[in-house]
Amino acid sequence: MEFKSDKAIYEQIAEYVCEKVLRGEWKDEERMPSVREFAVSLTVNPNTVMRAYEHLERHGIIYSKRGIGFSIGADSRQKAAVLMREDFLKSVPAFVSRMKLLGIDFKDLERYA
Amino acid sequence: MITIKNMSFRYGKHRMVFDRLNMEMKAGYIYGLLGENGVGKTTLLRLLAGLRFPTQGSVEVLGFTPSQRRTEFLSDLYYLPEVIDVVPLSMNEYVKRYAPFYPRFDYDKFNYYLEEWNIDPAQKLSQSSHGQQKKAMMSFALACNTRLLLLDEPTNGMDIPSKGIFRRLLAQASDDDKCFVVSTHQVRDLENLIDPILILEKNQVLLNNTVEEITKKLWFGVKSEKSDHDLYREECIGGYAVVDYNDRHEESHLNIEMLFNAAIQNKSLFKRMFIEEQQVPHSDFSEEMRQKLYKDHE
Repeated sequence: MEFKSDKAIYEQIAEYVCEKVLRGEWKDEERMPSVREFAVSLTVNPNTVMRAYEHLERHGIIYSKRGIGFSIGADSRQKAAVLMREDFLKSVPAFVSRMKLLGIDFKDLERYA
Repeated sequence: MITIKNMSFRYGKHRMVFDRLNMEMKAGYIYGLLGENGVGKTTLLRLLAGLRFPTQGSVEVLGFTPSQRRTEFLSDLYYLPEVIDVVPLSMNEYVKRYAPFYPRFDYDKFNYYLEEWNIDPAQKLSQSSHGQQKKAMMSFALACNTRLLLLDEPTNGMDIPSKGIFRRLLAQASDDDKCFVVSTHQVRDLENLIDPILILEKNQVLLNNTVEEITKKLWFGVKSEKSDHDLYREECIGGYAVVDYNDRHEESHLNIEMLFNAAIQNKSLFKRMFIEEQQVPHSDFSEEMRQKLYKDHE
């Protein structure tokens, strides 16, 4: 998988999972791939996937059960949306400063809405 | 899994490669071994494999002393050098002859690796291209299923798709009982896969830390203005790509090339920060930078 350079990889993996949840591809109570499996399919270090899972677990999007591994939690869609919104808003200051640099007004953006 | 204590190594009387080196490596990880040319990456791998003996101090690998070359040790370790001794055998013949030395050799995996890389096991190695030889021997190395795997510049000579397959196979082969040590200059080939990162410098270790530990202490990103405490910077679109002290309480994407350049430009600082694990206050950075700039002007 291609990763962007402006964000820690574990966060990008967490975002990838959130997107799957938001699109309805991964549903509540569905089993997650194991850390090793997911690491292989993304060709990243298993430690990185483990960190992504811990991050998602802290936000209640997935949960772990001893001996079973990780599953998507209840209300995952709402929780994933909260996390992704928070994340998205973090990127706004850079976006706005770029707009200012290029002399683009907020009104100019209306046609994209 | 690997413990090196106060180990010194010299070639002949004068060429000191390591001076009282201390280091530990654990199972379950893929270590990326980085360092400038001639700094001793290959020598370190050979010391771990029992092909070189320390001048002083101790090396312990898998509970053994490598220099004793016990059978139980040698059968649980595989070292794939950068330049392979090419034998006039096909992989079929090679496996018949050498796999029995490795009790956990996995024949199914071996065939799977060869298939993934499109290698004809009936073709003589000496009649294959350099890249094919490398991939054939890599298949053998991974299939040996040893607890310790030492790879010296594994991606050299591989074409672009082969490197992708290599990354996938390496990730598949890694598990909690195994330790992989991969030396490389081609950091882009293995970015995202190697963790922890180990940087060697003249006679010593500069850094032996997980990506998490590194990105907690250092920040990688783009800033519009340069500042005198940047540890390393390059001009880029949007300003400067920098390595800086991380005071943002947020982790960034580790760029190994930038990390490496920052490390070799701030050797003593890195040693203090990562090896001696001192809390380096922010102000020390500018002090270090000032001294460096001062030196540059002299």
